[in-house]
Amino acid sequence: MKTTAIIGKLSVTKVMFKVMLGLVPGIIAYVYYFGPAILVSLAIASVTALVAETILLIIRRKPVWPFVSDMSALLTAWLLALSMPPLSPWWLTTTATLFAIVIAKHIFGGLGYNPFNPAMAGFAAALIAFPSPMSHWSPPNQIASTRVEFRDQLNHIFPEFANKRFVIDAESMATPLDSLKVHVSIKEKIEDFSYLPIFGKLAGKGTEMIAITYLLGGLFLWQQRLITWHLPIAFLAVMAGMAELFNLIDPTKHANPLFHLFGGATMLGAFFIITDPVSAATTPRGKIIFAAGSAALTFVIRVFGGYPDGVAFAVLFMNMCVPLIDAYTIPPVFGRKPKKSSSEAAL
Amino acid sequence: MRKLFGFHGGIHPPAHKTESTVRPIIHAPLPSRLVLPLKQHAGEAAIPSVQVGDHVLKGQTVGTPASKMSAAIHAPTSGTVIAIERHAVPSANAHSDVCIIIETDGKDQAIDFTPFPFAEKTRAEVLDHLQAMGVVGLGGAVFPSAAKLSADHGQPIHTLVINGSECEPYISCDSMLMRERPDAVVNGVAFLQHLCDARDVIIAIEDNKPEALAAMETAVKQHGGGFQIVTLPTMYPSGGAKQLIKLLTNIEVPGGRHAPEYGVQCFNSGTAYSIFRAIALGEPVMTRIITVTGNVRTPQNYEACLGMSFRELLNLAVEESNTDGHIVGGPLMGYRIDSPDMPLVKAANCIIATSKKLFPPAQPALPCIRCGQCVEACPADLLPHDMYWHAKAKNLERAADYSVRDCIECGACNYVCPSRIPLSQYFKKAKVELAVQAKENAFADASRQRFEQREQRLARYESEHTVSLAGDTHKAPTGASDDETALKNAAVQAALSRARARRTSSS
Repeated sequence: MKTTAIIGKLSVTKVMFKVMLGLVPGIIAYVYYFGPAILVSLAIASVTALVAETILLIIRRKPVWPFVSDMSALLTAWLLALSMPPLSPWWLTTTATLFAIVIAKHIFGGLGYNPFNPAMAGFAAALIAFPSPMSHWSPPNQIASTRVEFRDQLNHIFPEFANKRFVIDAESMATPLDSLKVHVSIKEKIEDFSYLPIFGKLAGKGTEMIAITYLLGGLFLWQQRLITWHLPIAFLAVMAGMAELFNLIDPTKHANPLFHLFGGATMLGAFFIITDPVSAATTPRGKIIFAAGSAALTFVIRVFGGYPDGVAFAVLFMNMCVPLIDAYTIPPVFGRKPKKSSSEAAL
Repeated sequence: MRKLFGFHGGIHPPAHKTESTVRPIIHAPLPSRLVLPLKQHAGEAAIPSVQVGDHVLKGQTVGTPASKMSAAIHAPTSGTVIAIERHAVPSANAHSDVCIIIETDGKDQAIDFTPFPFAEKTRAEVLDHLQAMGVVGLGGAVFPSAAKLSADHGQPIHTLVINGSECEPYISCDSMLMRERPDAVVNGVAFLQHLCDARDVIIAIEDNKPEALAAMETAVKQHGGGFQIVTLPTMYPSGGAKQLIKLLTNIEVPGGRHAPEYGVQCFNSGTAYSIFRAIALGEPVMTRIITVTGNVRTPQNYEACLGMSFRELLNLAVEESNTDGHIVGGPLMGYRIDSPDMPLVKAANCIIATSKKLFPPAQPALPCIRCGQCVEACPADLLPHDMYWHAKAKNLERAADYSVRDCIECGACNYVCPSRIPLSQYFKKAKVELAVQAKENAFADASRQRFEQREQRLARYESEHTVSLAGDTHKAPTGASDDETALKNAAVQAALSRARARRTSSS
């Protein structure tokens, strides 16, 4: 079958490229606060993803160029690298990326057929298999005790090639989210430790600025009509709402909404992770349910669970619910809308 | 200014209309041969009223309407009927149909056209006249106008919408018509208002046709009929009847229902023009204006005789040598034809010559990534990506659950799809298959009913028989079989004599 004689300019490649473009401000901020190591991680993940994608396409007897050039594997790699600790050793990044591309994407049928968000599947697999290096976060340059040079960062990423004498130790640090949990667990009150430099102004030194740049990148995606408001707004609203609720109940134990909005992977999740179209809900009301569920689960895992952040597990869980959500939220068709509910029709 | 209500979705493809609107409408010269399909409208084909060898005059009826859902066909010029046979006709699925083929004599002798005394006639008489003049909707569906106007939907018409939106790219015939002959169009609208007994009359034109808008404004002012001209923001498919009605009145006419059930009638501006000609001049529909555009040296609009071949029209506009195909209609809802050796019909508003440069062939389709661009573009509020999934898997029931029948096949989803999937083609196919399935189901139901009735009849017959033979039980079996053979023999004899009778009468 042939498509219409004229088609628009949008292509899958363009969609993926624009999403990656939306990540660039975040990457720049990342480099500013945590050093250029993230670029190395991005490169490792990208190369791994492209090689894995090519090999899998050959094995599956699919045309290689049309699929490799769609840039979807590259985007998965970027999202994964940005989610992982910046000084992750190369083998950890590679393993996570391989899991994302081979298991989460191609085993399920490749582009368009993966029920789970590949980047989050790779992240979760790495977190479960290698919990220690996956919680090996580093402090932002601005508050680190010693200045970490790029060479030192490389030594962390490629420990095999490092000159052992010069490896700086103990340059790892818990994330603001994790620190909060630890401090609260030893019965400290938030107001007593929130002055610590790691917590920054809103939600963590460095982290909060990166979150703001992700927000800007996300607004770019919205302006480009690649995402609709439903997913990010519902995600952020529920996240803020839950934080506000718990903060009201006990402000000594629970951080304020701004901390949860700009801390951890909230912004990355709201605009770049839950918006992965293949694995997210697609109906307008479905998107709201999907995003709200993801936010609620993220919050619960963050605050009550055993992991520092919960976006990955929350999204993977909600991915499972997508067929159900979509099936029960089919919007009314033209001319068949219920008469009175004009507000619902607007959704 | 009338408040516009908007509808969900829509796209903004490049219009490509200026190419063909820089030149006025030109009368195409008389061709030497005309091929007039008997079915140029929705419903039943016309019945030929001429025979091979007959000499016909311009305006003479050559096909009479077969029923109410049919329209007459007329000779566009004088000449001789040289054949009545099947000929390729423009259609999405490349079929042929019975056509009256006329060799023209170049004299262009016409019958007497007498204006129809509209004021003295009853509504029914006017509608009969429109049917006899071959007036059909020129917006694309070619629905017989008389049938549309005579259907009773138990609802007075409050609004008459004249569709001059012409939202599909490349097509400019309505635009040029309104620009050059606005008075005739407005007078046609006045007749339509009278026939519909509509209170409000809205003439809707997209804002990318300022000349047509200005011309129509002036004509409406001069006419003094109080018609309202509404400028629509340019957006495809605002000219879809249901989308247009939603835009103007906020009434959503569901799929499978008709606008008059909601008190609205919608006619294309070209149809209003045909109605004007049919009543004020007494002229049947013999020509139409068609946009010849795309890969031609002088894209423009021609007023051409129905039955003229597309190839001749393309030659008039000087088709470029690197043309690699042709589209009848617009690039979104039109269809490709194998060869332009097909006649101009009432439905054909545009023919586009294509080339690799103007219409670069799409890259092969990629899998759907569920990006939702199609959902955002769909003017029928459907979920094309989900329907596609089911339509592709031939899961017709699930596709129907997603209201595939409500798809208006506008192609907006195809246009926005980043994976270049021919979504609307899948839906078109699913709709056809669903219709076939419904027909088959109805047939199966009817057959089952007939079978059950027969069983009951036989049971009744047998029980009656058993009762009558109850006194003579041991003879019953042979008696029954004798009866059966006798019945069978009688039936065979009857069939044979019927067949004989048929043979003698037909020879």
